[in-house]
Parts: sequence; structure tokens; C-alpha cells
Amino acid sequence: MEKLLNEFSVGLFFWQVVLFIGLIFLLRKFAWGPILDAINEREEGIKNALAEADKARQEMLNIKSDNDKVLKEARAERDALLKDAREMKETMISEAKEEAQVQANKMIEQAKAAIANEKSAAITEMKNQMGDLSVSIAEKVVKGELSDKKKQLQLIEQLLNEVTLN
Amino acid sequence: MYSKLRSFLTVFILIFSLHSFAQEHGHENEKHNEHGEKLSLKDQIKADIKHHLQDSHDFHITDWLTFPLPVILWDDGLQMFMSSKFEHGHATVEHNGNYYKIAHETGHIYKTDASGTIHLNKNGFPTNKMPLDFSITKTVAMIMITALLMFLLFAGLAKSYTKNGGIAKGPGRFFEPIVLYVRDEIAIPNIGEKHYKKYMNYLLTIFFFIWFVNLFGLTPLGVNVTGNIAITAALALLTYLITTFTAKKDYWKHIFWMPGVPTLMKFVLAPIELLGTFIKPFALTMRLYANMFAGHVVLMSIIALMFIYKSWIGSSLSFGLAFGLSILELLVAALQAYIFTVLSALYFGSAVEEHDEH
Repeated sequence: MEKLLNEFSVGLFFWQVVLFIGLIFLLRKFAWGPILDAINEREEGIKNALAEADKARQEMLNIKSDNDKVLKEARAERDALLKDAREMKETMISEAKEEAQVQANKMIEQAKAAIANEKSAAITEMKNQMGDLSVSIAEKVVKGELSDKKKQLQLIEQLLNEVTLN
Repeated sequence: MYSKLRSFLTVFILIFSLHSFAQEHGHENEKHNEHGEKLSLKDQIKADIKHHLQDSHDFHITDWLTFPLPVILWDDGLQMFMSSKFEHGHATVEHNGNYYKIAHETGHIYKTDASGTIHLNKNGFPTNKMPLDFSITKTVAMIMITALLMFLLFAGLAKSYTKNGGIAKGPGRFFEPIVLYVRDEIAIPNIGEKHYKKYMNYLLTIFFFIWFVNLFGLTPLGVNVTGNIAITAALALLTYLITTFTAKKDYWKHIFWMPGVPTLMKFVLAPIELLGTFIKPFALTMRLYANMFAGHVVLMSIIALMFIYKSWIGSSLSFGLAFGLSILELLVAALQAYIFTVLSALYFGSAVEEHDEH
């Protein structure tokens, strides 16, 4: 202990205290303050950048899910459209078929009617012509037959017979 | 890379320490004591180690390279002269009618009569009157050099941030992680997020100061700063003063009126707690002093063994030991700085702690 006390130097103690306090204040102003500030600033910057990156990633995920949703919707819409179109096509085809059938039937009817008309007209005309022909033939025959009086009377009698029969 | 550099430095330091030792012993085997008797090698080594551990008024590098330093005494007014006047402690200096001599027992300056007689007590310590000695001694010079170096290094680091867009550059860059370590592993856990900021200046300064002077102590300059009790006492005193003057109500309450114990116990605990506040800085003083002092003694003794065993086996063995120990001392240099800083932070933490649970 006596050795320690003898070795203890008041001057050294004094200088150490003075120089050290001076050093603390100097370093506070010129070193530790700026250094700690710079480190803090940098750490804040890193923290912010990380948060921002996280946010961006989140946003990207959101966008991606939005995209997926939109894509899904578009696909569904397309499917619906295709389905509609298919249905429409089918109904159109069937409707067209029906209409065509109806039209065809109608046309057939008309044709049949026209044919019948024509037929009856033709028959009438044939009848008329045949009538005319037969009249003219009969006229000629009658003319030829009525040239003789006897025959005329015979025919009249015959005709009268026929009439009475009716 | 770092470990390579470290081992290179260690070898470098060791070789230089050996070199200066060899010079002292190779060239001047003819050392004599005060009475003109020839000293044995062992006594020479003892004297050398003692000389190395003591503060000195000269900056002694080798015998042919010694810088005189200013001697500043307060003895009926300011007395100033250069230490070269003492002629390495051999001469008695007459200045303004007073006579001064350095006693080699303690290395301090004493007032003497004209013939420079030093009176010793029975334990071999001088009893002469001592002037107040504010000299720039070797240790003070080393403190100044360290302070200057720290200032240049860390002010440079601080400047590099603004110049380089917030990224450290230059030699200070190496120390940035250590600054961060002090903040994140020493200050914040021990003091707490809320109060740590106001202690950072002190903690950083004390950590790097102790570490650097410890490292300088291992260089061939071998200036033993932290192995000096006045230094460690000054540092511990600062820690104590900061603790005491920044302490909050809870700190004093826990010393003088411990909550949560019976009233009688409060009276018993108060003096113990109060004593504890003084023991803490005392322990800080002694721990750092003893560690560094002992480290220097052991390291120098083992290096000296090389010159005592003049056989190659003994010498190479002690070389190996000294090498290993040098590396250990590098670790101790950082460790002691760390311990001093952590304990200071711990005391600051207890000073600002808020006990919500009571």
C-alpha cells in the first residue's frame, strides 16, 4: 500500500483528468456526434429502404392477384360469350331449319295448289276443247247425217228417247 | 486478412521489444549501481523492469535516443525547466534557489539540499518534501499522443461520412464496427434505449482510450500508461462522478432507503450500499491497474529470461512463451478496455434505472 501511495502521482492524475475531459469534449464535437448521427441516419435509411421494398413487394403481390382476378374474370367472360355464341348458333340453326321447313312446306303447298289449279284449268280447257271438238265433230257428223231426211227423223226420235229416259 | 495483420504486428512488436532489450544488455553489460558496484544481470533486469513500469521525466527509447520533457513544478510559484537537466536522474538540479533530485526508488522529484541527499524511511521510501509535480512526463506525453491520434482518427472517420455519402472511408473505417459494438452491445443493453445517448461520448472515449494506450504499452515504446494507478484512478473517478451526478431519484432511494425490505434492514443496508458506491470505482481502478501492471511485469520477465538462460533451449522456450504471452496481452488490452467500459455502462445504467415495480 505504501508503495502504491508513493507511486501515486498527483500531477499524472491531474493531467489524466484534464486531458481526458478535454478529449471527451473534443471528440464529442468532432467525432462521436457526427459519427453516431451518420450511423443513425444510415440505419434509418436502411430501415426505410427495407420497409419500402416490403411495401413494393406487397403492392406487386396485390397487383399480381388483381391481374389474376382480371384474367380469371376475362376467361370466365370469354367462356360465357363462347357459350352464348354456341347457344345462339344452335338456336339460329334450329330456327332456320324450322323456318326452312315451314317455307318448304308452304312452297310445296303452293306448288301443289298451283298444280291443282293448273290441272283443273287444263282439264277445263281440255274439256272445253274436247267439247268444242266434239261439237264440231258432231256438227260435221250431224251435218253429214242430216243431209238425208230419214236419218234426221231417226236421230230426233233417238234423242227424244234418250231424253225421256232421263 | 485481419488475423494475418495481427500476427504480423505481434511478431513485429515482439522483435522490436527484444531488439531494444538486447541493446540495453548487449552494449552496456557494465551497468553500475548508485555506489559504483557492478550490478549482476538479474539486478539489471529487475531495475530495467522497474524503470519501464515507472513514469519517467524523459521519453526514453534507447540510451542514445532520449527526449527530454518539460518539468513543471508548483513550489512557491511555478518552476519550469527541461528534464535534461537531471541527466537521467543522476544530477541535482538547482532552480530559483531550490534543489531538486529524482529518487530512483519512486521516480518522483523531491526537494533536497545542495548535495542532493535523499532520506529514506525503513521501507526504503524517500521522506523528503515533494513539490507538486505537474510535469509533462513520459506518461503524460503518451496520453497526449494517444489523444491526438484518437482525435485525428475519429474526426477523420466523422468527416468521411459527409464526404462519402454516409459510408465510412479511410483508416477510421476499421473502427466503425467497434463504435457500433460499443453502442449496441455495451451501452444499450446496460443503460437502456431511453438514456444511453448521453453516455455514449464518455463510453466511446474511454473504450478507445484504454484500448489504445494498452496497445501502445505493448509496442517497443512500451509506455505503461494504464498500469499506472493515477491514470486508472482518474478514469474511475470520472465514471464515479458521472454516475453520481446523472443519478435519478430511484438510485438514491435504493441506496438510502431500500424499498421492499423491513425498516430495520433499511438502516443496515444504507451504509453498505453507500460503501458500495465507493467500492465500485475503487475496484475499477485496481482491476485495470493490476491487470496491465502484471501483464507488463510477466511479459518483460519472460523476455528477460532469454538473456538469463544463455542456452538456445531456454532462450527459444522463453521466446515461445513471450510470443504466446504477447498475443495474450493483445487480447487483454482489448478485454480490459471492454470490461472498464461495460462496468461504467452498468453503473450508469443503475443510476438512471427506473423501478416501476415498487
